[in-house]
Amino acid sequence: MADLTTSFAGIHSPNPFWLASGPPTNCGEQIMRAFDAGWGGAVWKTIGEPIVNVSSRYSSVDWNGNRMMGLNNIELISDRPIETNLREIYEVKKRYPNHAVIASLMVESTREAWHSMVKRAEDAGADGLELNFGCPHGMSERGMGSAVGQVPEYTRMITEWVKEAARTPVLVKLTPNISDIRVTARAATQGGADGLSAINTINSITGVDLDTLIPRPNVNGHSAHGGYCGPAVKPIALHMVQQIASDPQSQLPISAIGGISGWREAAEFILMGAGCLQACTAPMHYGYRIVEDMVDGLASWMDSKGFPTLDDFRGRSLPRVTDWQHLDLNYKIVARINPAKCIGCQLCYTACWDGAHQCIHVSGSDRSAIVSTPTATAVSHAVPPSRIPRVDEGECVGCNLCWLVCPVENCIDMVRVDNGLNSESWAERSSRIPA
Amino acid sequence: MTSQYAPLSPQAALAEADRCLFCFDAPCASACPTHIDVPRFIKKIASGNVMGSAKAILDANVLGLSCSRVCPVDVLCEGACVMHNLHQRPIAIGKLQRHAMEFFYDVGGALPQAAVALPWKVACIGAGPASLACSAELRAQGARAIIFDQRPLAGGLNTYGVAQYKLAPEESGREVELIRAAGVEFLTGIEIGKDILLDDLLRDHDAIFLGIGLGGTQPLGIPGEHLGGIQTALQFIADYKNRRPVNIGDRVVVIGGGNTAIDAAIAARHLDARDVTILYRRSERDMSAFAFEYEHAKREGVKFMWNARPVAFHGHNHVGAVECEYVPLIACDTVILAVGQSRLVDLLSSIDGLQLHGGLVKVNPESGQTGNPKFFAGGDCVNGGREVVDAVAAGKRAARGILQWLT
Ligand SMILES: Cc1cc2nc3c(=O)[nH]c(=O)nc-3n(C[C@H](O)[C@H](O)[C@H](O)COP(=O)(O)OP(=O)(O)OC[C@H]3O[C@@H](n4cnc5c(N)ncnc54)[C@H](O)[C@@H]3O)c2cc1C
Ligand SMILES: Cc1cc2nc3c(=O)[nH]c(=O)nc-3n(C[C@H](O)[C@H](O)[C@H](O)COP(=O)(O)O)c2cc1C
Ligand code: SF4
Repeated sequence: MADLTTSFAGIHSPNPFWLASGPPTNCGEQIMRAFDAGWGGAVWKTIGEPIVNVSSRYSSVDWNGNRMMGLNNIELISDRPIETNLREIYEVKKRYPNHAVIASLMVESTREAWHSMVKRAEDAGADGLELNFGCPHGMSERGMGSAVGQVPEYTRMITEWVKEAARTPVLVKLTPNISDIRVTARAATQGGADGLSAINTINSITGVDLDTLIPRPNVNGHSAHGGYCGPAVKPIALHMVQQIASDPQSQLPISAIGGISGWREAAEFILMGAGCLQACTAPMHYGYRIVEDMVDGLASWMDSKGFPTLDDFRGRSLPRVTDWQHLDLNYKIVARINPAKCIGCQLCYTACWDGAHQCIHVSGSDRSAIVSTPTATAVSHAVPPSRIPRVDEGECVGCNLCWLVCPVENCIDMVRVDNGLNSESWAERSSRIPA
Repeated sequence: MTSQYAPLSPQAALAEADRCLFCFDAPCASACPTHIDVPRFIKKIASGNVMGSAKAILDANVLGLSCSRVCPVDVLCEGACVMHNLHQRPIAIGKLQRHAMEFFYDVGGALPQAAVALPWKVACIGAGPASLACSAELRAQGARAIIFDQRPLAGGLNTYGVAQYKLAPEESGREVELIRAAGVEFLTGIEIGKDILLDDLLRDHDAIFLGIGLGGTQPLGIPGEHLGGIQTALQFIADYKNRRPVNIGDRVVVIGGGNTAIDAAIAARHLDARDVTILYRRSERDMSAFAFEYEHAKREGVKFMWNARPVAFHGHNHVGAVECEYVPLIACDTVILAVGQSRLVDLLSSIDGLQLHGGLVKVNPESGQTGNPKFFAGGDCVNGGREVVDAVAAGKRAARGILQWLT
């Protein structure tokens, strides 16, 4: 069985699954239940001078009948006194010495405030610190959170202050609300951070109530922009993690966050270089119990792939991400429909015709004007051959769209065709052809 | 009755609508005799535009509500659903259609008024689905349409025939009222050929649509058929649906092998008859009832006897037993005859130039026009007794045929 024990920037945990700072890590009682359920670590709900929250706080995007494809929140940091949080950190660490407990911190931007907060958190027994430079709403209006994370100089300066006082590893949690996340990642690196956490939530307004015309979430008739997270943000987070991991100027361990709901995303993030994983929306949606399959599924996949430890595949997919200019222009694939599997929905046809390159054809409608109810007591469900589309392979550009829309698994194959050409990238071609 | 016939909750409707793949040139729409654009109305449910969904349905089929309840969807739209080939349940098209239509009626939806007024006046004989569809289309195009029916209530077999658990007379009445509100005139309790003569009707109208359906249940022509306790399925169902007292006793024998026999047998079970048996003269395989109707009857506790051809009824004044070939006497308190409907040859053969074939009206299938160019026809009187949706499709086609001929 695969070994999932994790060592991240010097912090140890039985597995790479940590709860991200948020409602699931509000208090010690919750975190202990989470550890019992199987979570390897927890980043405490951000600690700082207690704030007052509003109600309501969340809104979401449902998609095709599924709830909470994306979650938006306007919640601030912990509303509990600092001492209460610290006392509970102490208790949790005492009972769960082998699990990772990280104190997420946010205080006003002065050296003294940070020094004092760092010392108190470490005295309470935290295994590490996470600096919340990412919270995109509310706290930023007070000069904290993403107001720090969006300015590389501040990020670097506060990281330096923290490092002056810290004895445990310091992680800097980055905001995605910036045009190039590598810039703040480098600033944190220069400030002496031991690791990076990415991403925090993305600025968002999820929608407008079409009865009241009030955007969501509704706080007594008004709304404010919030932070977006959950399954919808995974591709964005994955890209940002890849960008940081591939950046030679910030070679720090990365704790990946953003839309992780199961072992599949976990494996993907590790393949893109993540050292450990954090999740917030998924446990908010389904509870701590989801970690069981995260652990089990990841281990099974590693066994099937022959990876005994996480290090055996960490970053494996990074070399496979390159710039567009290095992609092979002569690689040619075409769509091939398997008539035995096709159900005749013709989604590939309409997608290709309206949304791609007009190279999938149907025989024309087989609808007759006059149809009457069959008298047969049962009907055949066989797909009439006339409903099965055909691909004009000569015209097919191999875009994948039909393959993506086809509702039947393995019905359309994208197959390589030999065009007799050697691999050649845009970079190669343009250097060959003089300007 | 059973949950199978319960409406979808709004949330369930949304989940079901989201299952629809949104096929291009969808096979469900091709399979529907009225060619309702099924993916279009379903995606409107998914988007939350339920009113638009109902209008998309009504656009194709003005009896969208009753069709959603009575259509044999297993052999129509749902039978054609591509989901079968994904080894999944077909989309519950009938139930989604019901969802949209009930929303429409609950919020008091109305049909669009005709944009123009045409100078023609058309009489529709019979107020069943065929005439309802024909008159609604005539009205939508701007012509005047007047419906005549001998029965007190309009709706034809939708009101008097289809099984109660599928469609109650009041629901059929909602559709009649919708069409009335669109400007179609209804004259009920008037039998054409008796209360008003065809010639008079012909004089007052530019064209006549025959949507008279079929006649009463055919007799078997065997000894003892006059005994008390022997009734026809149509009369029995009409009484049951209109809540007239029906006393059928404990043991009921239904004779026939079609959908009507099944409906009558299930109604008898719903009236608490303990022992309900369908006698069919041929084998299980030969039954003309749809497979799902047969399964439903079995679930309702109806028993079946195959290869049982009745030769006589026995009893003093009241039937007490049925005698069949090669089987012992079958004791019973009630016999319901469901052996097919007769044809209304008397009225039809009085029309000059109209051609009949086995008692059914011959028409041009595209226009519904009969051998007498002023007469058009559609529905059961043409097809010999199919489904409501077939009558709707034929009625609408005939309306267009009439207008084309008049123009
Ligand atoms: C018991 C039973 C159950 C059925 N169940 C279903 C079902 O579940 N689903 C389904 O899709 N279909 C079902 N059908 C079939 C369906 O009801 C018919 O196909 C449909 O109603 C035909 O419509 P129509 O307008 O042609 O005739 P009808 O509905 O029969 O209407 C004809 C009307 O014409 C009137 N009429 C006749 N002669 C005259 C006259 N001389 N003057 C004035 N009025 C006249 C009659 O009173 C009647 O109201 C069932 C039929 C029966 C008998
Ligand atoms: C309701 C809510 C409150 C959050 N509060 C904090 C917080 O106090 N500190 C912090 O660093 N991140 C906070 N986050 C961000 C999460 O830790 C995490 O970065 C983000 O939700 C993305 O991960 P996910 O897609 O798994 O939810 C919060 C998120 C949510 C949904
Ligand atoms: S999308 Fe797939 S199943 Fe549908 S018609 Fe195309 S190949 Fe067939």
